[in-house]
Amino acid sequence: MAEIKTMAKKSWFLPAILGIVAIAFPPFLGGYFQHLLILMMMWITMATAWNLLGGYTGCVSFGHCVFFGLGAYGGGLLYLHWGISPWWGMIAGPLLAIIAGIPIGLVTFRLRGPYFALSMLALGETFRIVFTNWVSVLGGACGIVSSRTFGVEKLPYYYIALVIAALSVYVVYRLMHSKYGYYFVSIREDQDAAEGLGIPTTRYKMYALIPSALFTGLAGAVYMNYMAYIDPEVVFSLAGISIMMILAVMVGGAGTLGGPILGAVIFVLLNEGIRAAVGPISYLIFMVIACLLIMFLPDGIIGDWAKIKRAFRGKKPVYVGGE
Amino acid sequence: MAYLDINHVVRKFGGLVAVNDITVGLEQGEIFGLIGPNGSGKTTLFNAINNYYPANSGEIIFKGIPITRKSTHEICRLGIGRTFQVVKPLRRMTVLENVMAGAFLRTNSATKARDKALEILNFCELMPRKDMPAKDLPIADKKRMEIARSLAGDPELILLDETAAGLNLVEIEVVMAIVRKIRDSGITCFVVEHVMKFIMGISDRMMCINFGKEIARGTPREIASHPEVIKAYLGEEYAKGK
Repeated sequence: MAEIKTMAKKSWFLPAILGIVAIAFPPFLGGYFQHLLILMMMWITMATAWNLLGGYTGCVSFGHCVFFGLGAYGGGLLYLHWGISPWWGMIAGPLLAIIAGIPIGLVTFRLRGPYFALSMLALGETFRIVFTNWVSVLGGACGIVSSRTFGVEKLPYYYIALVIAALSVYVVYRLMHSKYGYYFVSIREDQDAAEGLGIPTTRYKMYALIPSALFTGLAGAVYMNYMAYIDPEVVFSLAGISIMMILAVMVGGAGTLGGPILGAVIFVLLNEGIRAAVGPISYLIFMVIACLLIMFLPDGIIGDWAKIKRAFRGKKPVYVGGE
Repeated sequence: MAYLDINHVVRKFGGLVAVNDITVGLEQGEIFGLIGPNGSGKTTLFNAINNYYPANSGEIIFKGIPITRKSTHEICRLGIGRTFQVVKPLRRMTVLENVMAGAFLRTNSATKARDKALEILNFCELMPRKDMPAKDLPIADKKRMEIARSLAGDPELILLDETAAGLNLVEIEVVMAIVRKIRDSGITCFVVEHVMKFIMGISDRMMCINFGKEIARGTPREIASHPEVIKAYLGEEYAKGK
């Protein structure tokens, strides 16, 4: 938490510059770069949402594809059954993610550490299998094809994704500077001590889960509208969604505000950005980089920034407190 | 009826009866000392009060409210704070943030929590450490931070579990002074301790337990000379007046 505060002290300079660039620059870019930027905004939203529950509150979820998938299917199902515009999915998707999130939390928050992680992993797979096989109601393995409102035009999708990403970062920032933030981090650091300080830990985990599910669901709804095609193997994917959200956060720095943003940008650049040049090996490159970063910078690029600065100055890292 | 009433509390772990039918009442404003050899059930009794390990039978009543079935955080909100024998610092938070986490029990405003935390840190003589990460503190400061964190939630009764263990003589004096100050501010203290200098020095009344059962109760002087207590700590032959 200490690092958030020092970042906040650096005023609004960096966010303002980034904001102006993000708003003014994209119209001058080609379609492919706009595509990359849309993905980046989507992944920033998802990584930021995961980080609230996993990075700050310490509930490491391996099943956030549930919320992404439901966010995508909310609009998809409305379109499939009633032909309603998939834009209603921007409301229905996140709502569905929250409605599913509450009972999921009530059950899984009784578990701690790896048991919580594994139960979420199992849930993610359960949703994928149900959505793959329940053809009559959920569309089955063929998925759902909808229409793209803006045709081939990418900019509207970009600005929608940008607003959602900015909103997610702002909400997390505000939460982490309030009582909620202190309680989330207390729960992560020691759940028993937190209970002993009068913190209703299960309720506060739920307070972290709800915005996390909401923004992950919103990212899913954006994906659904932008791609105009969803299928369960993609949106409920363990390797493609759940794990990637964790890796993006780990690379940037779990439990920091900037970490998920940086992690998501790196992830999209390496995964999608260089795929055109090097082919599917881009996936491998990202994985190797993620492994190396987790080995040498376990707190991520932002979390271990002090360590990186020392390394570049050629000084040996100083470890405080014998850890 | 006493301020904190512990009535026939039993806590078993499998076949082991860790707390066996303990009945004791604490009066408001006193320092009550609990001693006993290792494994005699002192911390288990604390854990039963907080409901970390619920009592198997018996009843605990605080200010006339039965708390035996209430959850740990509800009990804390009712006004029972505690520290841990094996310290549980919120490791990657600073000392100030640790104490603020405790202060949020009574306020929703970060500014108010911060002011309260600073006041408490001053009270516990931890001001110079306030911006250090909790994990980097030496053990004596970690223990004092636990007291501070608990005090920040404005408890009426505080359970202090081996706050002096592992401290040197100077550090023990500091903690003793703090515990006296806590009592003088009107907070009832329930203290578990092995360090005799500490507990004999501050307790108004004491109880000694062994194998989960009460063996003696009285003033520190009475406890120190009680034959059952001497037997439990030193063995049969010392109790016969050697």
